[in-house]
This record gives sequence, C-alpha cells and structure tokens, in this order.
Amino acid sequence: MSLWKEFAKGLWDENPVWVLLLGMCPLLAVTNTAVNGLAMGLATAFVLLGGGIVNSLLKNVIPHKVRIPCYIVVIATFVTIADYVMAAYFPEVHKLLGLFIPLIVVNCLILGRSESFATQNPVHYAISDALGMGVGFTWALTFLGIIREIFGFGSIFGVQVLGDWFTPWIIAVLPAGAFLTMGIVLAIFNVLKSGSTSEAECH
Amino acid sequence: MSKGRGLIVTTSPHVRDEDSVTKIMYNVVLALLPALILAVRTFGLHALWLIITCSVTALASEALAQKLRGVKVTINDGSALVTALLLAMSLPPNLPLWVAVVGTVVAIILGKQIFGGLGYNYFNPALIGRAFLLASFPVLMTTWEKPFVDAQAQATPLGLMKMEGVATPYSDLFMGSVSGSLGEVSALAILIGGLYLLYKGYIDWRIPLSYLGTVVIFMTILGEDPIFHLLAGSLLAGAFFYATDMVTTPITKKGRWIFGIGAGILLVLIRIFGGYPEGVLYSIILMNMFVPIIDKYTVPTVFGEVAK
Repeated sequence: MSLWKEFAKGLWDENPVWVLLLGMCPLLAVTNTAVNGLAMGLATAFVLLGGGIVNSLLKNVIPHKVRIPCYIVVIATFVTIADYVMAAYFPEVHKLLGLFIPLIVVNCLILGRSESFATQNPVHYAISDALGMGVGFTWALTFLGIIREIFGFGSIFGVQVLGDWFTPWIIAVLPAGAFLTMGIVLAIFNVLKSGSTSEAECH
Repeated sequence: MSKGRGLIVTTSPHVRDEDSVTKIMYNVVLALLPALILAVRTFGLHALWLIITCSVTALASEALAQKLRGVKVTINDGSALVTALLLAMSLPPNLPLWVAVVGTVVAIILGKQIFGGLGYNYFNPALIGRAFLLASFPVLMTTWEKPFVDAQAQATPLGLMKMEGVATPYSDLFMGSVSGSLGEVSALAILIGGLYLLYKGYIDWRIPLSYLGTVVIFMTILGEDPIFHLLAGSLLAGAFFYATDMVTTPITKKGRWIFGIGAGILLVLIRIFGGYPEGVLYSIILMNMFVPIIDKYTVPTVFGEVAK
C-alpha cells in the first residue's frame, strides 16, 4: 500500500465514473457544458477530501451503529462550505448548478469512499484516496462536458470552436444526451481496457 | 441422405412453409415501394437521394456493427434495408443528407445492434432514429416542403389544422398532394402496401384495426373529424408498418389488442392535447416499451390447462 497507488487508482483503474459508476446523478444532470462539469467535479472533490479527512479522524469516536448519519452530517458541513464559497466567488456557475450543489450530500461516491475507505484506513491514505477519486471524478465530468458541449453548442469552455456550418445537436445537451454520451464513452473505454485487462480481473 | 429410409420425425415446431426472415423482409420492402415511388414523384429527386442514403448507410453500419461485435454479418437478410426505408419514409423531403446519415446510424447501432441485433431490440429502430433526429434537429426535422414545388415551405395538414384550424380536403390526403414526410403523403399508397402485407399474412390485422379504431372512436367522441385524422399525418403508415414490427410488438393476440388501443389513446392525447401536431412516433415508441410486460400478462391458457 503506497500513497501514490491509492491516489493513482482513482484516475483510471478504479475511476469513480468509468469503473465504479458512482455519482451518476450529478454526472448526468450537469455535464451539459465543460464549465459545469469542471465546477461540479471540483466541488465534489473538495467535499470528498474534507469529508474523507474528518471521517477518517473520527473513525474511532463514531459509534458503529450510527455511523452513516454521522458521516452525512460531516459531509453536509463541507457541502455547505462549498455551496457558500461558490455562491460568493462564482455566482454564475453557482446559479447554473443550482440545486445540484446541495445534492452533493447524497452523492453515493462521497459516502461510499467514507464508508469503505476513509474510515478503514489511516488519515494520510484517506487524503490520498480522496484526492485520487476527486481528480478522477473531475476529469470524467469535464471530459463528458466537453463532448456534450461540442455537439450541443459547437464550443469548448464557452469558446466557439466549430464554425457557422455547424448545426448543434440539441439532444447532446438534453438529459437523453447525457445517457447516450455516457454509454458510448463507457463502451469505448471498456473496449480499450479489455485489451489489457482479463475478464476475471474486472469482477 | 436418409431419403427413402422411412419417416423422420423431428421435434416440434414443425415448419411447414418457406417463410424466412429474408423473405418477409423483402416482402415488406415490396409493400413500401408504392409509398416510396409516390414520395419521389411528389417531392422530386432529393427524396430519392434520401432513400438511397438511408439504405446505404444502414447496410454499412449494420455490417460494421456486426464486425465489431464479432458475429456473422447478415446484411443480406433485408432487415437493415427495411429499417432504412422506414426511417426514410418518416423524414421531411428536403432534409440534408448528412442528417439522414446520422439518423440511420443511430437507428441501426443504438436502436438495434446495441441490444443484440435483429430480434433483441425493444424499440422499433427506425422510430429510434427519427426520435433522435427530432430531438437533435427540431428545426430541420419540421421544415416541410410544398408538394411538386421545390424549396417552398408549407405546413403539414395536421400542422395547419392545429395552428390555423384549416382542414385539408380528403382527396388531397388520399392521393398524395399534401406536404409531410416522405411516407405520409398518400393514404392510398400506404393502404396498398398495408393490405398486401395483410394478404400475405406478415402482419396481424389486430394491431392496425385496434390502433385505427381507437383513434376514430376517440376523435369522434372529442368532436374532431375522424376521417381527417385517419388520413392525415403518418397514422396509416404507423398502423401498417411501424406498429406491426414483429420484434417490437406483443406476440399474444390479446396483447396486440392492448398494444393497438394503447397506441391509439396516446396518439389522440398527443394530437389533441399535446404540443406536437403529430404523435404517431411517440405513441408507438411508448407502447414498444410496454411490450415485455404486456406479453407477460397476456399469456393464453394452454389447451387442457384448468382456467384459474
């Protein structure tokens, strides 16, 4: 077990989006543009990190039977911090993401990492894991956001990259487009991976 | 090899005729021809290009998908061609060709091959293609052309009815002198194809009858003109060609009644109370979704079984 290994697994091998398929709700809801995907990814990464550290430190204090409510209280605290910070410094993005910021509380990725990793391991590993998962989640959301923004608006991060000849594919920025893009990208990644990973290791 | 050596009894079912997927599919293609020919006559060469583009793209994407999946390439069975023609029939006549390509690829790959190919898809692939295009390019997909005149826009009869309250004469609807998608211009051409399929026994009369019947009954109750609603739009095409797809409709007789009636009610709701002028696409696609559950609950009592 090394710090680097715990960090790196979140980027690809155990990527929360492409492998664990956690946090689908914000993924499908807010990745219609690259900026939204990036903002949601960073907010989630912050909460993952904060919640991971505190829950890891409190693991011996929290009674086992009420651990889930306790984790949620800690996570909700960090979500509130993220919510207010975004409202104060990035009001436009905050307005776009709207309800989905408070909903980070119930993102199963965050609770899942607290339950299955942070509270089972020392705090420095928890930090490493949270950072890896956070970066993995952020790049996945941004990546989906970029694809959907190109098809839906012909732009990347708001910069027009396709000319006037381009007819926007409106479905890409609709909820249906999120499912379609996600499914297609996932299929491509699985094909890429199946070359290097045997079937038995996938389970 | 064992000829003349006595009887050989195989296990049931005993196939008694020479129907095959290929034969049925090419008969469907034949049934679609009157509508397609009329579409080309009405809208000109671009309609023909649309049909050809859809067909070529469908065959190519079917072959590609089957290659990637590592299964036998079966583009000769005609099923991809039928999907392509059904999709082409649902497109507006002056649609750019690249949009038709996108729609066909979506229809074949996302509508059919992803589920496992012919026989495994839940939704009618052609309708999936059209639904994708309608959601992606709403402006292009609802720009209709005046018949026999190139590059002049005109609303469809249903659009005219819904937005301006103008009724189109029955004879125009019947003979195919109205604007609309390629396959919905003439009720007559659709009827010829549909009756041919009924005569050959490839489609079950229960679905068209219950679908059309439900629409007529509810339109009459609601005080609309039932004949107009029967002839206008793609209802007849939907009832004979889209709602009778063997894969995506119930296999039980009772289930087919439920399917047709459900689609009819949905169509009336969309046409009269919904935001769209036409609702054949969504009425059939939504009912496609219920087919597994309809089949599950309409299994007939086996002969000899005691009724519960």
